[in-house]
Amino acid sequence: MARAAAAKPLVEPIPAARRRMSLGRRVLHWALPVYTALAVAYLLLPIAVMIIFGFNNPAGRFNFTWQGFTLANYASVFNLPALNTALTNSLIVATISTIVATALGTLIALALTRYQFRGRGPVNLLVFIPIATPEVVLGASLLAMFLAVGMARDIGTITIAHILFNISFVVVTVRARIAGYDRMLEEAAMDLGANEWTTFRKVTFPLIFPGVLAAALLAFALSIDDFVVTLFTAGQTTTFPLWVYGVSRFGVPAEVNVMGTIIFAIALVFILGYIVIQRRSAGSQATLPASIRAPEAER
Amino acid sequence: MTAIGGARARPTLGRRLRSAAPYLLLLPGGLWLLVFFFVPMATMFSMSLQEGTLATGFQLTFNFEIYPEVIQRWSTQLVRSFQYAFMATVAAILIGYPLAYTIAFRGGRFKSILLLLVILPFFTSYLIRTISWKFILADQGFVLGTLKEIGILESGFHVLATGTAVISGITYNLLPFAVLPIYVSLEKIDKRLLEAAGDLYSSRISTFLRVTLPLSMPGLFAATLLVFIPGFGDFVNAEFLGARDTTMAGNVVQRLFLTNNDYPQAAAISFLMMGLILVGIVLYTRLVGTEELTR
Repeated sequence: MARAAAAKPLVEPIPAARRRMSLGRRVLHWALPVYTALAVAYLLLPIAVMIIFGFNNPAGRFNFTWQGFTLANYASVFNLPALNTALTNSLIVATISTIVATALGTLIALALTRYQFRGRGPVNLLVFIPIATPEVVLGASLLAMFLAVGMARDIGTITIAHILFNISFVVVTVRARIAGYDRMLEEAAMDLGANEWTTFRKVTFPLIFPGVLAAALLAFALSIDDFVVTLFTAGQTTTFPLWVYGVSRFGVPAEVNVMGTIIFAIALVFILGYIVIQRRSAGSQATLPASIRAPEAER
Repeated sequence: MTAIGGARARPTLGRRLRSAAPYLLLLPGGLWLLVFFFVPMATMFSMSLQEGTLATGFQLTFNFEIYPEVIQRWSTQLVRSFQYAFMATVAAILIGYPLAYTIAFRGGRFKSILLLLVILPFFTSYLIRTISWKFILADQGFVLGTLKEIGILESGFHVLATGTAVISGITYNLLPFAVLPIYVSLEKIDKRLLEAAGDLYSSRISTFLRVTLPLSMPGLFAATLLVFIPGFGDFVNAEFLGARDTTMAGNVVQRLFLTNNDYPQAAAISFLMMGLILVGIVLYTRLVGTEELTR
C-alpha cells in the first residue's frame, strides 16, 4: 500500500511529457505508421486493380481503361473450356505434388532433426540447393533431361517438377517446427513403454502436425501458382498460370481478372480458416497437444 | 510380462534399425532430389557441350568453346539481369526494412493483420500481379492517363517498356520476401537490449545503428538472397513490363529453349547462371554470411 503510494508520483510525469511532445518528435512518432499504411496500400494496389477490372465492360480485348460496370465476365468465365481444363490440371498437379512432397519432405526433416548421422552436411546442401536455384534454371534442366531420355511432356512431368521444388520448402518448414519442441516428451513416452511407432503416432506426429499442415499449405500454394518451371515441363498441357500467359499475350481478357479474384477469395477463406483453427487450438496447445493429454482424461 | 520379453529380444535388431533409420527416412525424398535435380543438371551440362540442330540431331562433341561464345553473345542480358536484380534487391530492402521494423516494434495488436496484409499479394498469381502493374502503368491507363489529362505529365511520357518498369515489377513481386525475414530477425531481438542502450544515453539513431541493425543482419542477409536470386532469373516482368531492350538472361533461355530449339546455347546460359549464383552465394556467405542459412 505504502509502496504503491510512493510509486505514484514517479509514474505521473510521463503522460505530461507525452503531451508536451515536440513537433519533431510528433512527426517521428507518426512517420512510421503513415509509411506502413502507404507501403501496405502499395502492396495491395495490384490486387484492387485486378478485382475492379474484373467488373469492367471492356470495349475490345484490351482491358486497360474503365468502360462501365458489368457482371457479365463472371458469367462468361465458366464458359471457357480451355480455362476449365487448365484449372482442373492445376488442381490435380497441386494435390498430388502437395501430398507426395509433404510426405517425402517430412521424412527428411525428421531424419535431419531427430538423428545424428554421417552425411548430414551433404543432405543439408542437397535440400538447400534447389531453393537457391533460379526457377528458370530448374525448369531448363528438367526439360533438358526429359528431352535427353525422350520423355513426353505432359501432366506427369509437371507433377514430377512440382514435387521436386516443393520437397525442399516442406523440409525447411517442418524442420523449423520440429526444432522448437522438446525431445524429452518422446523419451518419456518410450520410458513409459510405448514403442517407436506408438511414440510417433501419439507424441511426435501431433507435435509436428501444425508444421506439416503449414508445409502442405505452402506446397499447394507454390504449385498452383507456379509458372516458370511449369512452362518448361508442360509440353502442350496447360495449367492455370499457363492459360493466363497464353491469353495475356494477345491482350488481357477480363476473365483473367475474374478468375484471379475468385482464386484470391478462396485462398483468403482458407487462410482465415487456418488462422481461426490455430487461434482456437493455441490455448490448449500452449503446453501439450490434446492427444497427449487424452489418456489422462480416459482414466 | 510380454512387454519385457519383447524388449529383451529387441536390442540387436532395434539398435540396427535405429542406426539405419535416418537413412531410411532420407531415402525416398533424397532419391527424388538426386534423380530430378542433380541428374537434370548433369544432363543440361552435357547438352551444353553438344552440337547440331533439332532436325539433324545433337552430338556430344565436348564443345567447351560454347561458354566463351555464349558469354560474349549474351553478355548484355547477363549483365542486365545482374543490374536489375541488384537494384530490385536494394529497393526491396529500402522499402521493406521500415515496414518490417514498424510491424515488429510498433505493430501491437495489429501485428498479425499487418503480416497477413504483407503476404496477401501471394494469394493472387504472380502473372496476374504483374499484368495488374501493366494496367496501372499503361500509357493511357488510369494513372498516367489522368496525370497527362491534368497536364502534370507530357503526353509522350511512359513508364512501361523501360528498365524502370521491369525493376519496379521485380521489386514489387519480391517485396514480401524481403519483409518477412527482416521481420523475423527484428522480432527475435530482446527488447531489453534497446532499453539498456537508451538507459546508457544512446540516442535513438545510434541505438538503431549499433544495436538493432547489427542484430537484424541475419534477416537482411536472407532477404538479399531471397530477392536477388529469383530477381536474377526472372523473365516474367521483363516480358510483360519491358521491351526488346530490357530483356534479361531468363528471357534468352526461354526463347532459345522453347522457341528456337537451340538447346546447346540455352543449356549453356542456364548452366552459367546456376554457376554464377552458386559462386555468388558462397562469396556472399563468406563475406557477411550467417550459419543459419543451411542449417
